[in-house]
Amino acid sequence: MSITRRNSLGAALAAGFAVAMAGPAAAQGPVRIGAVLSVTGPASFLGDPELKTLQLYIDQVNAQGGLLGRKLVLVHYDDGGEAGKANGFTKRLLDNDHVDVIIGGSTTGSTMAMIPLVDRAQVPFISLAGGVEIVEPVKKWVFKTPYTDRMAAERVFADMKQRGLTKVALLSETSGFGISGRKQSKLVAAKYGITLVADETYGPKDTDVTAQLTKIKSNPAVQALFVFGFGQGPALVTKNYAQLGMKMPLYQSHGVASEGFIKLAGAAAEGVRLPSAPLLIADKLPAGDPQKKVVEDYVTAYTTKYHEPVSGFGGDTYTAFEIWVDAVKRAGSFDKAKVRDAIEQTKGFVGISGIVNMSPTDHMGLDVSAARLLEIHNGTWTLVK
Amino acid sequence: MALPRSFGLGALLVVLAVLPAILPNDFYLDVAIRMAINAVVVIGLNLLIGYTGQISLGHAGFLGIGAYASAILTANYGWPSAAAMLAGAIGSGGLALLVARPILRLKGHYLAMATLGLGIIISIVLVNEVALTGGPDGMSVPNFSLFGFEIASEQAWYWVVAVLLLGTTWLALNLIDSPAGRALQAIHGSEIAARVAGIDTTAAKVRIFVLSAVLTSIMGSVTAHYLAFVTPTLSDFFHSIALVTMVVIGGMASIYGSLLGAVLLTALPQVLAGLEGGETVVFGLILIVTMIFLPRGLVPSLALRRLALRRRRA
Amino acid sequence: MSEFVQFMFSGVTSGAIYALAALGFALIYNASNVINFAQGEFIMLGGMAAAFFNAHGVPLMLAVPLAIAVTAIAGLLVEKLAIEPAKNADVTTLIIITIGVSLVMRGLVQIFLGKNTRPLPSFSGDAPFSALGATILPQSLWILATTLATVAALAWYFGRTRAGKAMLATSYNRLAAQLVGVNTRAVLLASFGLAAALGALGGVLVAPITGASYDSGIMLGMKGFVAATLGGLGSGMGAVAGGLLLGIVEAMTAGYLSSSYKDALPFVLILLVLFFLPNGLFGAKTTERV
Repeated sequence: MSITRRNSLGAALAAGFAVAMAGPAAAQGPVRIGAVLSVTGPASFLGDPELKTLQLYIDQVNAQGGLLGRKLVLVHYDDGGEAGKANGFTKRLLDNDHVDVIIGGSTTGSTMAMIPLVDRAQVPFISLAGGVEIVEPVKKWVFKTPYTDRMAAERVFADMKQRGLTKVALLSETSGFGISGRKQSKLVAAKYGITLVADETYGPKDTDVTAQLTKIKSNPAVQALFVFGFGQGPALVTKNYAQLGMKMPLYQSHGVASEGFIKLAGAAAEGVRLPSAPLLIADKLPAGDPQKKVVEDYVTAYTTKYHEPVSGFGGDTYTAFEIWVDAVKRAGSFDKAKVRDAIEQTKGFVGISGIVNMSPTDHMGLDVSAARLLEIHNGTWTLVK
Repeated sequence: MALPRSFGLGALLVVLAVLPAILPNDFYLDVAIRMAINAVVVIGLNLLIGYTGQISLGHAGFLGIGAYASAILTANYGWPSAAAMLAGAIGSGGLALLVARPILRLKGHYLAMATLGLGIIISIVLVNEVALTGGPDGMSVPNFSLFGFEIASEQAWYWVVAVLLLGTTWLALNLIDSPAGRALQAIHGSEIAARVAGIDTTAAKVRIFVLSAVLTSIMGSVTAHYLAFVTPTLSDFFHSIALVTMVVIGGMASIYGSLLGAVLLTALPQVLAGLEGGETVVFGLILIVTMIFLPRGLVPSLALRRLALRRRRA
Repeated sequence: MSEFVQFMFSGVTSGAIYALAALGFALIYNASNVINFAQGEFIMLGGMAAAFFNAHGVPLMLAVPLAIAVTAIAGLLVEKLAIEPAKNADVTTLIIITIGVSLVMRGLVQIFLGKNTRPLPSFSGDAPFSALGATILPQSLWILATTLATVAALAWYFGRTRAGKAMLATSYNRLAAQLVGVNTRAVLLASFGLAAALGALGGVLVAPITGASYDSGIMLGMKGFVAATLGGLGSGMGAVAGGLLLGIVEAMTAGYLSSSYKDALPFVLILLVLFFLPNGLFGAKTTERV
């Protein structure tokens, strides 16, 4: 990280508008990877594992002698979850740090604020956010690796349909994650023959959600409950659900796909179903599963270095970084246009988010099958067949 | 400040004119533009907080109204940019006028609570009305165009905000030296005394509240067009606090203090970037230390010291 | 009927937490006329410290008092290092200082204890009690009982003890209190320690239900400020009433009306109250001296 540090020191001097600081010389120096992530603020649950993953794998590439013989350097800024800051830091990455690729934009808002700039500067950009609008319509320089909120909702609704549950209560969080999830869930419900018969919300830091749940419980039409939120909120909902003795099937979103959820919700989490990348069940994947090795390697590398459980958001970052590395190798150069073309031609790439097949009309390259459906059983994850 | 008005304005003019020539690249120009945008808002806010003594912890709400009026009316309804900006300003001014009387009756922390509440309500509406605002994911904003000219590049925006900043500074300096401005400062000293002296204190407070709301709203519109994208974080509580911090750090009741406050606190996140999670701590420490040692803010405190030094010598 | 009871249970559980937060605001406001925007961070620190100690093998019975003690010390440090040196700065300056304090506390906790939400076990299990067709968690009963006990203890402290009376006297008139021999500096210091301990108490009580995370103080602090203002700044009973009222109104709105604007409700409520009662529900009318 020493170069990043020195760079920020340089910026410190320059911020007083001393003209001294010159942009780094291009030529055969290290290759600069830019990142704008929400490492602090309300979206830090995204940015934190994303940054850790990037640092981990950039160090790994450097330890193996670099990429095409050149060292990689990470230049990263924290937007604190503010789109305005993401926009400013992207200008800094492009105009001042002269990066060769940008990874990140933890949230959809930040990503959308960055897109006009990378478009103008013609630099490959791989977003780590969930919003559909990032890749629909397709933008020449913009790619993304996480599957969308819409696909998470679709995966859940598909399972409900299979079990004959068609009248569903939606309980979403009033955070960016929950509000986006609510929007997408409403859009795709009909496609699976699902009617949303209740639409309630709760605050991400609420201390009690039994009022909303009581209302849902006493609605005779409701057959299943779908909760869209992240972090402590969904755990509280699950506890309150158990407290009220509710029996209808409980589905959560991919927002709770981390060990922390089981710890927080405790016994109440028993029987909860959720969509997730196969990250949480690495050891339970059948031996022939194409993703098994990639996922297991990532889990081992991450937990060894950071002594904390993995999350799907870090996994999406791994996928983004490795897709770029793969594209650089295939392009045989760091030329931005060539690398962009190579990313677009990514086929059958085994990542953690799923098997990625990009094309000129699809800059995400995942389909609904990328999300696995898990059920919590005896305090651990099991794969729903 | 003992500086003659024309000298200060002249110096500002020179700095603004020379800056683009010496800044190494568009990134620095971008930071300068953000500084100028913040400075205009902070000058307006200082008229309210510093000169009139009425705190507002909700001004980012007006920033949000301006930004979203521009975004929604131009992107969804095809309004001309200037008309949308005007609509936002009228909306903000109208809302300010509506709530000013009951709110400005409040004192001290009750006023802080009420303005904070107002700002948060605006922010929550922007977050919740997904169909109209895009919710937390935000929405794209078309370029600003006037008489067929589009303002899109950093260079063009720089000159726009530079002119806005000069104009606002000139306006504010004139206002505080006018009878109306002196009336405001009398309210800060003691509202009852001001009333006894025949000042319609309520009307004076309402006028300045509306003025600062309108100014803030216009800059919200500018921000939306400049960034080409807007999210509700622009209007949230933390942004309101950031604006008040610029007022206080720069110096209460000091126009040049507001300029300095905006410049320093806009640069700070850029300087602290890369501290790996330590930014929050360092930023907090800077606030505490500045307020303890320079409780009146940078410009007034330093001016006082210089004055004291000169007296000692004389 | 059972629905109404359930909404009440929900409301008083949240309300009791808001009340503890509001009491902290009231205490400090009384002693120093400062609105402490870092009060929410004391709540956060209490929960985080307890969860941290517990995760490192300290039994719950010990982790809780330890967390409260640590937070109280943090409160004393805040007063000594940030508030006292500022002396008689005006309202806005003090607001900025306490905001600075909250940033520092949140930042330090984030660096040293991490960004993940930490669990804390319930004090006496998770099996809910049933009453009147509704259910309540044992932890909610802990919250209610502790809040009641705290209010009683504070009433005794301010009504019966010398230290408490000195604190009360300082809040009425600092100069007069000084003249009759009250050490107002010590009172100020004590008020921060006590407010921090109260906040931490709220934090450890709520953590078993919600979990503890470095950013959980922002919302609770805000709700506490609303509750304290609702009741009338500086009034202890007002703070408790304001907290409970806020919790109950939130739950009833979510239950009977709609939950979509529930987060905005406290602020709409406070604006309406202030428009008609500029000193809150129970606040004393003050007159400005010329």
